[in-house]
Amino acid sequence: MESYDTFEYDVLVIGAGGAGLRAAISVCEAGLRCGIVCKSLLGKAHTVMAEGGAAAALGNMGEPDNWRVHFRDTITGGAYLNNPRMVEIFAKEAIERVLELERYGAVFDRTPEGYIAQRPFGGHTFRRLNHVGDRTGLELIRTLQDKAISLGPKVHMETTINRLLASDGRVVGAYGYDRVSGRFLLFKAKAVVIATGGWGRMYRFTSNSWESTGDGAAMAMEAGAELMDMEMVQFHPTGMLWPPSMRGILVTEAVRGEGGILRNARGERFMFNPAYMPERYRGKFAETEAEAAKWLDDKANYRRPPELLPRDEVSRAIYKEVKAGRGTEHGGVYLDVSHRGASYVRRKLPAMYDQFLHLGGVDITRQPMEVYPTVHYTMGGIRVEPDTCMTTVEGLFAAGECAAGLHGANRLGGNSLTDILVFGKRAGDGAAAYASEHALAPIPEVEITASQERLLTPLRREHGEAPAVLASELQEAMQADAMIERTEEGLTRCLQRIQSLKERAERVAVAGGRTYNPGWHAALDIRNQLLLSEAIVRSALERKESRGAQWRSDYPQMDPEWGRKNVIARLVNGEVVVSTAPLPEMPEHLKEIMEEGQR
Amino acid sequence: MSGTVRLRIFRGDASGGEEREYTITPTPGMVVLDAVRIVQEQMDSTLAVRWNCKAAKCGSCAAEINGHPRLMCKTRIEDVCGRDGVITVHPIKTFPLIRDLVTDVSWNYERAAHIAPLQCRDTGEQPRMRQEDVARVQEFRKCIECFLCQSVCHVLRDHGRKDGYYGPRFMVKVAALDMHPLDERPRREFLKTEAGVGFCNITRCCQDVCPEEIRITDNAIIPLKERVADEYYDPLRTLLKRLRKSR
Repeated sequence: MESYDTFEYDVLVIGAGGAGLRAAISVCEAGLRCGIVCKSLLGKAHTVMAEGGAAAALGNMGEPDNWRVHFRDTITGGAYLNNPRMVEIFAKEAIERVLELERYGAVFDRTPEGYIAQRPFGGHTFRRLNHVGDRTGLELIRTLQDKAISLGPKVHMETTINRLLASDGRVVGAYGYDRVSGRFLLFKAKAVVIATGGWGRMYRFTSNSWESTGDGAAMAMEAGAELMDMEMVQFHPTGMLWPPSMRGILVTEAVRGEGGILRNARGERFMFNPAYMPERYRGKFAETEAEAAKWLDDKANYRRPPELLPRDEVSRAIYKEVKAGRGTEHGGVYLDVSHRGASYVRRKLPAMYDQFLHLGGVDITRQPMEVYPTVHYTMGGIRVEPDTCMTTVEGLFAAGECAAGLHGANRLGGNSLTDILVFGKRAGDGAAAYASEHALAPIPEVEITASQERLLTPLRREHGEAPAVLASELQEAMQADAMIERTEEGLTRCLQRIQSLKERAERVAVAGGRTYNPGWHAALDIRNQLLLSEAIVRSALERKESRGAQWRSDYPQMDPEWGRKNVIARLVNGEVVVSTAPLPEMPEHLKEIMEEGQR
Repeated sequence: MSGTVRLRIFRGDASGGEEREYTITPTPGMVVLDAVRIVQEQMDSTLAVRWNCKAAKCGSCAAEINGHPRLMCKTRIEDVCGRDGVITVHPIKTFPLIRDLVTDVSWNYERAAHIAPLQCRDTGEQPRMRQEDVARVQEFRKCIECFLCQSVCHVLRDHGRKDGYYGPRFMVKVAALDMHPLDERPRREFLKTEAGVGFCNITRCCQDVCPEEIRITDNAIIPLKERVADEYYDPLRTLLKRLRKSR
């Protein structure tokens, strides 16, 4: 056996984005020993890329906002597939989590009265996104990073966990390696929190960074945890489209929140097409361009423009416009915010201005942007118990994008940054409580040997499949058949391609040694990507209806029967198996909130 | 720009290394990071490079491109490719080399851990701050920690005084705290002794390379120097202190 270093913690947090850092803060504040593992340098996690804001009903804008409206908006936006208890916790606690962040040192934009300024966003009835220009994610992660560091956890930067270790049916540790030195690492812990984010990297065009390979969810699945709603992958309506090397990079929804207009190649403001207005939102949006224009300056008396429908609806509309031949030169639509004036655009959207000027060669204060949907977020993930964030496996907790339940079939913009605050804390508290009642457990040697074998195999092969080729073919397959429009035929074809890639991945080989070798890292990631891709495609085949992000053009209607079920994916003898589980019934006090919205 | 680009990338580790040349065909709008990744994915998967977002938001991909410290994701090929079609890419210099384009920047994280966080009272109410008062703090909080400023700082780079000076990145960080309307923690002594603000001789090199265009020297370091000077070297203040002590 190869040598390895051993670390012992009360709680091990895997992932150092917002959710992981917030969990670590809770663990440290409980007086427990906390270890944090992250694949990159600290502060580089995907949270840094969030732009628009963190949704919480502070009610600072003179509108009658409160947690009940936020609850109703989130369930409606999620096409009623959300876990009601999770949404209740979320909408209530989001407010305190944002204010707490301010006490940690975050500096949000202010209202004229000096309170945190809030901006409008898709699917939110009132102005609710607490923000810092269009770099809110950076503000969040740096604030949480500084706070966490001040509490003294041990941070293992540029470290990959490849396997969770179980004993007697509970997770008691993890095995991985230092990416810089290649040295093997054993972590023993009383509880483990997974906060590893999403898995957009399985698609060709995505707003996600390289880290988003879904390791956490894949490892949890291997450890016996159930995944849920895996078919629900969010396609953000506005990704960059041109130049080609920039394709997929996010164009924040804040552009539309600040009044940005979508037009097709004919110059038509197509979101006003009644065909794109879903029944549950009818009457709640401006019906003429004149009304939408008045909303810019008088939000109390005019309805918001239809560009601010939830992301699933806007993405589908753009997709249909382009498919119908009304797309731009490069196959997208135009997003224009130039009518807001140069100084306003530069002040409210500085990062977008800079991004398009330097990377796209477009001055957005004068010209429209060309955009097309990009893979952005995963609503599905590890199934958790709402109050403690414990997964279906003892001792294993999950929070943030890698967990499922809060967002249902479609996430509202701004809800992810508060998700990671609210459930990061909940998971940290849950894991801390669990760790206080359990002891460290011995790790069977066979587990360590098996972990090492898996890590070393790709390096030992002289010839075999190149990980970059497999990853690229997987991206092609998912982009072609598991995107916005899905059919039984396409999904079946995609599944076959994944099966064949799985076989080839058994023969993956890489050159070089263990010191900072990206080829080796990619060879280990591909397994996770394939596992989760299979879960997505099988779940999408299972759900024979259209709801939220899942649009099955062979089953175009929302089916009330399916609205009462979640699709569950598990690993049984190495095979991904899907089934359904009943969505928890909404209790009376929450049903009343939904009914208030009908009045 | 037409045809191909010859990338000369430094390959090696602390024991030594050399430039190796890779030829790629760029597509429109391509940045240096795209080209480096093409090399990594298609020619040599062992090429070590640090990157995350490819959108100039995370600050991972700092390198010296044609000798200039820049972010690879924010540098378009056409802007740095000479007539000969050559672009050189080397690791940043001030930190120890690990391999190829990756350096050991852990010193920065050690320094960060010494900076005390915001200290503010929880009054139970939403604090009120004016936008004008937080704007300068927000400028400093744009920092994406790419450490380019640390890499070009003469005190750190040429004089190797990591023992005495925290460097521009952390002057910006302390400035963001010291100028925060809610912060109640005294920071002048820390700045003068531990963080070594006096070491900076205002050459503004850090400011020139900042990809976030933070006016590091003008808006952070000079005001911090003034605050320290006020505290320790103001004759009137020294006299008052002495008088108070003698009472």
